[in-house]
Amino acid sequence: MENKEVLFDYVLRIADNALILGHRVSELCGHGPSLETDIGLTNIALDLVGHARVLLQYAADVEGKGRTDDDLAFLRDIREFKNVLLVEQPNGNFANTIARQFLFDTFNYHFFAALTNSKDENLVAIAKKSIKEVTYHYRYSAEWVIRLGDGTEESHEKMQSALNEIWDYAGEMFVADEVDKQMLAEGIGVDLNAIKALWEERVTAILKEATLDKPEDGWIQKGGKQGKHTEQMGFVLAEIQWMQRAYPGMEW
Amino acid sequence: MENTIENLEAKFQAKLDAEIKIEPKDWMPDKYRKTLVRQISQHAHSEIVGMLPEGNWITRAPSLRRKIGLLAKVQDEGGHGLYLYSAAETLGTSRDQMFEDLNSGKAKYSSIFNYPTLTWADIGAVGWLVDGAAIMNQVMLTRASYGPYARAMVRICKEESFHQRQGYEITMALAQGSPEQKEMAQDALNRWWWPSLMMFGPSDAESTHSAQSMAWKIKRKSNDELRQSFVDATVPQAEFLGLTLPDKDLKWNEERGHYDYGAIDWDEFWQVVKGGGPCNKDRLKVRNKAYNEGAWVREAAMAHAEKRAERKKNN
Ligand SMILES: [Fe+2]
Ligand SMILES: [Fe+2]
Ligand SMILES: [Fe+2]
Repeated sequence: MENKEVLFDYVLRIADNALILGHRVSELCGHGPSLETDIGLTNIALDLVGHARVLLQYAADVEGKGRTDDDLAFLRDIREFKNVLLVEQPNGNFANTIARQFLFDTFNYHFFAALTNSKDENLVAIAKKSIKEVTYHYRYSAEWVIRLGDGTEESHEKMQSALNEIWDYAGEMFVADEVDKQMLAEGIGVDLNAIKALWEERVTAILKEATLDKPEDGWIQKGGKQGKHTEQMGFVLAEIQWMQRAYPGMEW
Repeated sequence: MENTIENLEAKFQAKLDAEIKIEPKDWMPDKYRKTLVRQISQHAHSEIVGMLPEGNWITRAPSLRRKIGLLAKVQDEGGHGLYLYSAAETLGTSRDQMFEDLNSGKAKYSSIFNYPTLTWADIGAVGWLVDGAAIMNQVMLTRASYGPYARAMVRICKEESFHQRQGYEITMALAQGSPEQKEMAQDALNRWWWPSLMMFGPSDAESTHSAQSMAWKIKRKSNDELRQSFVDATVPQAEFLGLTLPDKDLKWNEERGHYDYGAIDWDEFWQVVKGGGPCNKDRLKVRNKAYNEGAWVREAAMAHAEKRAERKKNN
């Protein structure tokens, strides 16, 4: 792959993680367990879609084919989406939602922090602009893991099974493929091994505080970064893209 | 002066007359308190039930910019709910109690949210008309005699006028768009216009609570006055968009200096109020489900907070 294509792919991965997780969280708007969580999660969805938008704008620039952020969000098909499988998993109950969020936010915080040292000025600017929000998410979901883990017996059990269920999807975030390696070599991308160590440390500490067991590492479910998704993803895209597909080429 | 009931009532009335706000710790007549709890909680319920018809378009919004705008709006509505529940709590009713009254159908919320949002244009129409109508009412309520309610309204009004502009702008994009988009906008306007007029409540002659609320300076304008201001403000906005309000009797009345408008279908209004609107059952079902399924989460948060407090004490 040419440099530009690699960078395009790399930016899409970051953007798609934000877009698809933002979408999942936004499905919950108005359906949460309390007004405070409804507001908190809607705010997180809003931040994530906001990050996705600037990242897709940049991806479109990098690609240089005249596509826009909206073209990339609404007119790509499933194989061209590069988010990790973790973020497309359904919301489930509140513990499932929080487990997914916590594993991702912890990764995302360290990822964005590292991205502020990238050689790519645009990514640095985006990371610096988003880090405050990403930090807030990182704290928010960790606090909920602690509350649910160290809450009632019922919430403890639900939080533990939620972690156990989603755990196989966490590993993909740290599996570096050719794109990751090339971007790292060029000083643009982030060292996923370094992030993994930071992630492990934080996750271990939070789970301990939450009186939860860290699930055993087993299979790593992966493929999203290469556009090989779970069946869930088709329905996610059907919903996100419906208007643009039904009414092509219009301004809204 | 002795605190006889007469004296207390006189003091309360003197405050109202002098336009001094009534505050949570002040003595107030029982009926004043009850009226406020009913009205403020009803208003709070409207904010959170209102999140549903709009929230249902977040995942399908046609552009990222619109998705972000809608998410921000719906988040604001949740915040309005929060301020209003807090204001109602100052009157001695718990939030759980208010939720239970909403979920059981005992408490009401604005009937407008019992209509469905069928197309993207409905999101424009809701912002433009429903938030627009809400503002008419809420600007008045910034001067309500009960302090916490009036102050909550000041914060809310700023955001509502932003919502109204956003809705108008969504509708404008459609009105200036393709023939299909324009048709979508007109159809949404046709469906939302009359329910929006009904938002102000029954005519003054029919309104059970109005007169007392005005005497207590909770309300400052009658339902019909507010409705008229809304019509007068909205007609030129529709004209500017090149859209037609679905009322053949609508015309400028030189003598009154207002627009005349056609008869409102009050049978429909009462049917929806009493539970027979297209979405009443759905809305309550969703609220009940969220509340019931969220019980373990709220319990966990409480249990954890108690454990924390306990540990702090023992340290
Ligand atoms: Fe409102
Ligand atoms: Fe509101
Ligand atoms: Fe609003």
